[in-house]
Amino acid sequence: MTAPLTIDAVKVGDQLPPLSYDVTATTVVVGALATRDWRPQHHDYHFATVRNGVRDIFMNAPNQAAWFERYITDWTGPRGRLGKVGFRMKDSVFPGDTMTLRGTVTDVTVDDTGCGWVALDVTMHADDRLATTCSARVAIPTATDDNPWARRGESWKPEQS
Amino acid sequence: MSEDLPADVAALIDQVQYEEAGEFPVERGYIWTSAASVENGNPLFWDDKVAAELTGGPIAPPSMLSTWFRPHHWAPGREVQRLPLQVHFDLKEQLGLPEAVMTDNTITFYEPVRPGDTISTCQRLRSVSPEKQTKLGTGRFWVIDVEYRNERGELVGVESWTGFGYRRAA
Repeated sequence: MTAPLTIDAVKVGDQLPPLSYDVTATTVVVGALATRDWRPQHHDYHFATVRNGVRDIFMNAPNQAAWFERYITDWTGPRGRLGKVGFRMKDSVFPGDTMTLRGTVTDVTVDDTGCGWVALDVTMHADDRLATTCSARVAIPTATDDNPWARRGESWKPEQS
Repeated sequence: MSEDLPADVAALIDQVQYEEAGEFPVERGYIWTSAASVENGNPLFWDDKVAAELTGGPIAPPSMLSTWFRPHHWAPGREVQRLPLQVHFDLKEQLGLPEAVMTDNTITFYEPVRPGDTISTCQRLRSVSPEKQTKLGTGRFWVIDVEYRNERGELVGVESWTGFGYRRAA
């Protein structure tokens, strides 16, 4: 395993490498299936366009959460442990869109239990449209031998902002 | 809180509703399906050696939390498809708002979810807004919390959803 990303290597303003992905109907349908989301607007073109009045089926929220997790832990490596994610959907991600995720470090702290936390603002664009904004809090090691996953009970405080 | 809210809806605020156990245990097939759906190569989900070293064995991606609470498409003996986040669908019915979308989702992660866990949930309606007009139509925003625990009673996560129920503009 390569050396883990540690808190001393991160500073406010750091940019995460962007991730772009060409979304297809399969992307949307596999994402809905993977999250057991059977609502028709995520697999039924007719329902989405006629009933919901949108241009196509669109990516569901829980699958977007999975994309945000993948994007963040691609950067942290496996020792990165998500504490909290919050996202707001402003527009939809449709087949044919190129989805791009970008992230910026907004805070770096060590809490009173000694856990290292990085706060991130992440955006998901669908082509040029801002589809979803995400605020995330992820724990990363304070040293190469630290492991946030070992934290339990009172030593794990994901809810603090 | 909205003053024009029907009393039966107002009475539900902060009440525990729909205490439910997952229909079947957390299993690795779904974990791999989820990781594959977003091409997530995190070795925690694919390499047992890494999972043993870092997380004491395999875990599910934290963001899968809500997956474990959604009913499957069908189950033996079930006549009507069960809906996830039933409080959301109840509100649509009670408030006469035929369409709805989710706008905000916040998830806080506690104990990791592991294959074999059975996840139990309960739902709480936290708030309902006055009627508002948006580009989708006229309706109300509401916030619903879902609390997730494993079979040992340990808190594994809390999820907060903001939904907007509406009537489409004519």
